[in-house]
Amino acid sequence: MKKIELMNNRSIPLLIALAALLAPYIPGVPLFWVSLLNYIGLAALVTLGLVVLTGVGGMTSFGQAAFVGISAYTTAVLSVKYGISPWLTLPVSILLTTLSAFLIGLMTVRLSGHYLPLGTIAWGIAISYLFGNLEYLGRYNGISGVPPLSIGGIELIEGRQVYPVVWLFVTVSVFMTRNLLDSRTGRAMSALRSGKTSAEAFGVNTTRTKLIVFVYAGVLAGLAGWLFAHIQRAVTPSAFGINAGIEYLLMAVVGGAGHVYGAIVGAAVVVLLKNQLQDILPVIFGQGGNFESIAFGALLILALIYARDGIWAAIDQRFSNRQRHINRDARPLETAPARQGDAALLTVEGLTKRFGGLAAVNDVGFKLKPGEILGLLGPNGAGKSTTFNLLTGVIPLTEGKIWIDGVRVDGMLPEEIAARGVARTFQHVKLAPEMTVLENVALGAHLRGHAGFVRGMLRLDREEEERIFAEAMRNLERTGLADDAFQLAGNLSLGASRMAEIARALCLAPSLLLLDEPAAGLRRFEKEELAKLLSSLRADGMGILLVEHDMEFVMGLTDRIVVLDFGTRIAEGTPTEIQRNPAVQEAYLGGLQ
Amino acid sequence: MDSTITLFLVQDGLINGSIYALLAVAFVLLFAVTRIIFVAQGDFVAYGGLTFAALQQGSVPGSIWLLAGLGVIAGILEFLRERHTLTRPRILGILAGDFIAPLALVGVVILVAPYDMPYLFDMALALALVVPMGPYIYRICFRPMANASVLVLLIGSVGVHWLMIGLGLLFFGAEGYRAAPMFGANFVVGPVLVSAQSLLVMGATLALLVGFYLFFGRTLAGKALMAAAVNARGASLVGISPSFSGRTAFLMAAFVGAISGILISPLTTLYYDSGFLIGLKGFVAAIVAGFASFPLAVAGAIAIGIAEAVSAFFASAFKEVIVFSLILPVLIWRSIRAPHHEED
Repeated sequence: MKKIELMNNRSIPLLIALAALLAPYIPGVPLFWVSLLNYIGLAALVTLGLVVLTGVGGMTSFGQAAFVGISAYTTAVLSVKYGISPWLTLPVSILLTTLSAFLIGLMTVRLSGHYLPLGTIAWGIAISYLFGNLEYLGRYNGISGVPPLSIGGIELIEGRQVYPVVWLFVTVSVFMTRNLLDSRTGRAMSALRSGKTSAEAFGVNTTRTKLIVFVYAGVLAGLAGWLFAHIQRAVTPSAFGINAGIEYLLMAVVGGAGHVYGAIVGAAVVVLLKNQLQDILPVIFGQGGNFESIAFGALLILALIYARDGIWAAIDQRFSNRQRHINRDARPLETAPARQGDAALLTVEGLTKRFGGLAAVNDVGFKLKPGEILGLLGPNGAGKSTTFNLLTGVIPLTEGKIWIDGVRVDGMLPEEIAARGVARTFQHVKLAPEMTVLENVALGAHLRGHAGFVRGMLRLDREEEERIFAEAMRNLERTGLADDAFQLAGNLSLGASRMAEIARALCLAPSLLLLDEPAAGLRRFEKEELAKLLSSLRADGMGILLVEHDMEFVMGLTDRIVVLDFGTRIAEGTPTEIQRNPAVQEAYLGGLQ
Repeated sequence: MDSTITLFLVQDGLINGSIYALLAVAFVLLFAVTRIIFVAQGDFVAYGGLTFAALQQGSVPGSIWLLAGLGVIAGILEFLRERHTLTRPRILGILAGDFIAPLALVGVVILVAPYDMPYLFDMALALALVVPMGPYIYRICFRPMANASVLVLLIGSVGVHWLMIGLGLLFFGAEGYRAAPMFGANFVVGPVLVSAQSLLVMGATLALLVGFYLFFGRTLAGKALMAAAVNARGASLVGISPSFSGRTAFLMAAFVGAISGILISPLTTLYYDSGFLIGLKGFVAAIVAGFASFPLAVAGAIAIGIAEAVSAFFASAFKEVIVFSLILPVLIWRSIRAPHHEED
């Protein structure tokens, strides 16, 4: 699935939106089509939430219809049983949906892998059965006689009257969502889909971000539910069952789950098709059957086989422009004051990690000073990458102590360790392939920005964004990737991806940089450039821990080397000392029998 | 709750649990081999049960047309896919397997349906009609997206479910059917009335589970399937083709579904869309097992059957709410036990 188009060629969507807004008022357009457009708008709202949830955040939900229902029932109960005006029930409906989404989300976002969509099926079914069985909600008959919306005493009963309200909601939601996705929070959301490890390494609280995404999608569904109740003038449980939930997912898949406008396209295709099928198929096949179910099933399978990225992806490919303006005069982001003195930047004592009976890392200790490059050497399986994961909090350690700048960090979460000025690269490159290189690198500056969800949505973050992107561009230039800035990260060669990871790490303005095999896959010329870059970083006072297999690279660059074998430290010293060390020679070349 | 009610609920729970257990095993098998979370598994139950009921009543089950249609589509796709490498034996093989065999079966059904055939014959015929649908569905829908993510495959299986539901209504109509039991006898065990059919369900379940155990432990095909489940790439390197394992897994899953449907059709009224909920409960059991362990899946299934019977007794309107809410803590527990499968 493709990523959201971030660059705005604003005029096109605006024109389309305007044209669509006026369509129902062209004389001769039948009312029936206007009300279809209204239903498309409602479905598009829910699907927009799914796009953010599934296409951006990587969480598939079959249960969105439940949130539509929670909101619809809330407003139906309040307006029918208590006679409260629909406009007053709107905040209550949204509040209740937010609350439900928050509580359900707390459970759901903790589910991993395929357990998550399964979980959404489970609560989706449970909630829809709850609607259908509560006496208070009218059981399977639901609640009828819901009042219509009214503005200035005029009741909005006819399709043409409700239409502007529906599409105003849709338009505002689309713009807010676009803004959100093109923001600091949006980048964190998009990074989620390619796994949480790299997002966390740059300070993203992934559970919190997932929860925000989940609640956001729930609120959009809630908006649709509130509108639905007052347009349909009745609520019944069948509209909020698991099948409805699956239908919304169908819309997202058909339209393109990675694209904001895919939500509208998908909703339009499915709603129109469903309507036409309901009219046409029974005429062809006789008595009323479940023909649209057959057609939708076939459509879904065909879409997944032949156009997995959806309709909008094809449109987007032609027109998308990933360039963005970089303001080089933007005020630089704040940087923590450079470290003074000779005190150790990183101190490791008795570091141990046992997987069952296997000690992957056993009682390892070393120190790293500012302005020093320490090499971590060892044959395959010596525990180097495990050591990295322990230092950055990706996996919990079994025993041992770690200090960064004199503060104990063992037991801290990856994002807390990142906040202490620790940045890393990964042995297996972890860039989000459907984001541009520039956006990937900008994620590195996550902790140096502050704009949150609301500021992003309302576009109050532009100044900070300019500064973040200027910083990202500057680091891409340092790593020689400026020309690739607007490429998708998935198109980079392995060597270039490694350099992009280094640029991303530098964006954090780290005092401690952990590099896991940065030179693997680089050409000779690129290695020389990398060595120069690392030397200059060292001269600026950065501490660098380097895992690398290329001996020439390591020996030429590092100040000291720690050698691991079978998880244990077998030697430590300057490159020359290490080359002469018999234990190291035995570990690498095997003993002389 | 006195002991009679307890025993009654346990009996009820055991019968339902047995069916869920069979379905859970099918879910686990399919997921392990093909990575497909096949939500349409339950539809095989409805198809099996309703096809059998129709045969028993002497009418032609509409599902024959699905079988014929799937066969023809699968055959055509096969011709298209292999159009550059076709040999004469291969052409004959496809013609025989995908066109002639299903159509011949359709012919047989149309001919014999009006006559009163023995119970076991109807059973075999219903199985012969429904079980081949499994591999056909795999070949038509899932082989072209074999490299897709688990999520895409899951959404695809929802598409299959919609197709089967829609066609099910067309074939079997909206009213439900109940088949005649194989044995009409009832036994009185202590205070509880036990029907022979319910013993048959439990016995057959046990036999099938033992059969699975032997199949995976003792036969080459079973071991090949297990190898594919453990490591598809490794298995394909030693000559176990993913397509073979996919077809076999779907064959077994369809068999399990259809036989479950036939077994319970005398005990409960089946509708064209009954399968989904039955399947989902087997599915819950599969989740209990983390889609990995057969014995855990069986234990989970029995637990769900009993939980369902108990909640049906005390709060019948909220039975489904309770059963599906129970799954959430299990999912959370599962997620915590397997925090993330991200490659490092």
